[in-house]
Amino acid sequence: MKDKIIYLAREPKISACYTVVGSKESNGPLGQLFDEHCDDDKFSKDSWEKAESEMQKRAFAGALKKSGFIDTDVDILLAGDLLNQCVGSAYGLLDFDIPYLGLYGACSTCAEGLAIGACLYSGNIIDLYGAVTSSHYCSSERQFRYPLEYGGQRTPTAQWTTTGAGAYVVGSEGKVAISQVLFGKAIDMGITDINNMGAAMAPAAIDTITRYFEETGHSPKDFDLIVTGDLGYEGSEILKDLLLGKGIDITNNHTDCGLMIFDRERQDVHAGGSGCGCSAVVMGASVIPRIERGELKKVLFIGTGALMSPMTLFQGGSIPAIAHLVRLEYRGE
Amino acid sequence: MDKQEYKEYVEGRMKKSPILKNCFHAFLMGGAICTLGQAFLELYMVLGVERATASTLASITLIFLAILLTGLGVFDNIARLAGAGTIVPITGFANSVASSALDTKSEGYVLGVGAKIFTIAGPVILFGTMSGVLYGVIYYLVTALGG
Repeated sequence: MKDKIIYLAREPKISACYTVVGSKESNGPLGQLFDEHCDDDKFSKDSWEKAESEMQKRAFAGALKKSGFIDTDVDILLAGDLLNQCVGSAYGLLDFDIPYLGLYGACSTCAEGLAIGACLYSGNIIDLYGAVTSSHYCSSERQFRYPLEYGGQRTPTAQWTTTGAGAYVVGSEGKVAISQVLFGKAIDMGITDINNMGAAMAPAAIDTITRYFEETGHSPKDFDLIVTGDLGYEGSEILKDLLLGKGIDITNNHTDCGLMIFDRERQDVHAGGSGCGCSAVVMGASVIPRIERGELKKVLFIGTGALMSPMTLFQGGSIPAIAHLVRLEYRGE
Repeated sequence: MDKQEYKEYVEGRMKKSPILKNCFHAFLMGGAICTLGQAFLELYMVLGVERATASTLASITLIFLAILLTGLGVFDNIARLAGAGTIVPITGFANSVASSALDTKSEGYVLGVGAKIFTIAGPVILFGTMSGVLYGVIYYLVTALGG
């Protein structure tokens, strides 16, 4: 499978998605679509990290309930977040009696979890899996940038970490199938600016998308939607521009989860949303339901993540990035 | 496209921070803070405090207000607009200490607040003290030689 697309002989289908978001996200353009929101971003907990775990717990419990399964039916949980040691997931999913694999793919984690599970499913190793992802503005701000109440200014290319968790239950039932998977390679184009992660991640998305179209011979026209998550405004513009230079025109059917979740002007989020919760809740609340209804038939979802830590940046390192591709298809009547 | 070309491409297309607008806001807010400080100084002097003490009291009052506004969650909203206008005066220093303290409270008073309260202000304290010492030595040498 080196460099190759994985064609899933046995296609897993998304049985249920459930999304939990914070107050800012519920006031955004997709606000009405999320399953649950909490106006108190601490979710009645005494720390931001516990709040993030609480979101994961609510998200997965909600997805399980929607799917009609119980936790012991699920073969494996693939979950991740932005916190050190993935504690958001480890603590959040303690209550469920399911084997757990922690993932770190930064904002690509949602795609990574769906893709790994799809491969296990296709290989007949599992029959039902859960993919859970979260991020919290306050817990990541503390870890990656400044204290919350610190008075600083953000640059126009900065992105706003989404407070949200998205959970998926994937198995043999559902109208949305995962038919192909292409794992990304870590790519570092030398960007060191933590306030321009879109520019750091765009080359990874370009690499994955180019490899996908080269191998399949498809063109962007063959898809109803190509959705990246989360390049934000800056990264999306770079992606479209540089792909066009390679003869791949995605300008008409591309969108980005980071551009969908917030109203960039009204909510003062500069280049848009980011964080692994962003693509998890946007896909779960908006894109996948549209495929379920048959409004979209073929969708490419490319989860993009910036894989740096504050320590490597202080040491002068640049930001490596990754992009995993998941092809989603309508399998209704 | 190699790394260098990509970097130039990204920097070339990147929207820059609106420097003129930011400077204008910083000028207004920085000026307002200084005027407020001056008003406190005058007030304390009217109340009969001598000038040197009144000046210290005025600084302490500004520090108090900055910390109060940080605790109320208002300071960062003002600073988002004012930028250097709130960071450069003593208010910025107070905010950097208070915000770190608030943030690390969940890890306890010793390993959280105690260990991390100066995460942002630390370099200012360290290098500020060191340059003070250096200045003192130079001042001493110059006056000793000159005088």
